[in-house]
Amino acid sequence: MAKSAVQEFTKGLWAEVPPFRLVLGLCPTLAVTKTLENGVGMGVATTFVLVCSNVLISLLRDVIPKQVRIACYIVVIATFVTVVELVMQAFTYPLFLKLGIFIPLIVVNCIVLGRAEAFASKNGVVASLADGLGMGVGFTLSLAALSIFREIFGSGTLTLPFISTVLPVFGPSFEPFGFLVEAPGAFLCLGLMLCIMNMLGKK
Amino acid sequence: MREMIRLLVVVAVFSAVSGGLLAAIQSGTKDRIEYQQLKFVKGPTIQQILEGSSNDPLVDRFKLPDGKEERSFFVGVFDGKANIVALEAFGKGFGGDIGVIVAVNVENDEIVGIGVTTHSETPGVGSRAKTDPSLSEQFKGLPIKEPFKVKTDGGQIDAISGATVSSRGVCGAVVDSGEIYMRLKKDIIEKLKAFKT
Repeated sequence: MAKSAVQEFTKGLWAEVPPFRLVLGLCPTLAVTKTLENGVGMGVATTFVLVCSNVLISLLRDVIPKQVRIACYIVVIATFVTVVELVMQAFTYPLFLKLGIFIPLIVVNCIVLGRAEAFASKNGVVASLADGLGMGVGFTLSLAALSIFREIFGSGTLTLPFISTVLPVFGPSFEPFGFLVEAPGAFLCLGLMLCIMNMLGKK
Repeated sequence: MREMIRLLVVVAVFSAVSGGLLAAIQSGTKDRIEYQQLKFVKGPTIQQILEGSSNDPLVDRFKLPDGKEERSFFVGVFDGKANIVALEAFGKGFGGDIGVIVAVNVENDEIVGIGVTTHSETPGVGSRAKTDPSLSEQFKGLPIKEPFKVKTDGGQIDAISGATVSSRGVCGAVVDSGEIYMRLKKDIIEKLKAFKT
């Protein structure tokens, strides 16, 4: 427990970055990274849930009885996910339509429950906040990296997040590599990125 | 025993707090969500069908009870008369329900235009039921009472080639909307009087 909050934050960015190092939360990672906007939107939604649930669970860690802890965590997480869902419907409806079922599915995202169980239930509030934020930012960046690659080569465009502007990267004469925006392309991209990450990690 | 009660109480308190919080947020965002849904899902289709109306059909809307359900109607004002009403109905498509907005002229019961709102048809094949105007154009000017069918089923509508099931779904939705319209026609006309300008 000697680690500082900064260290807890930065470990989520590289050393334990969720989709690549922990290989958790792959369902949204593979499914929504067709455009940069979707990827970042998903990442931000997950980060919000992760930070809020980590903080609340860390605050309540002495109140929650051991036997029913998972049930309590799920109630906390599900509450925040529903908050995100309602807020997205009210303010960013087009993005909500694109992410669709994957927003409610954040409830069962292994990263969120995993961090609650493995970290927030054993550590203080500040450390848990840093951990949640780090994991969330790491997750968002991973999704962004994957979706930038898939969108540029798979559709030849780049959709800027939050303002929904579509940039034509290769212009109209580019024949998009459509395989990349299909599900098998997602697996392939993720596999290759994992491979590159492991190569960089190993000396 | 004591322990068990404690567990129950903790979980119950958690659930109650969460339920209360969500109910509060839900009621706070309800109107906004309804408007957003109208604007982004049905809005473009309604505005396309009722193009040229002097009012905003998304604002001029009313609801009528139909059995257990409640249906929304959108009013189009043309030449100073509120005589076009648009309603949504659903038909069975290839990948799920197809939502179709049908605009009817209440004076002669003729279809002014139709448009697909929501669907989960195959992209590029069945989805043409929404994007290809050749299907929706065929309904224009036909009386709403007609039993619409695709030509393969002995009807009058040319299906989009390769998307017969989707086209059939659109026909089914239009037939359904006709039934709703005829059933509620009296109430609709009554409501429309309020919009006369």
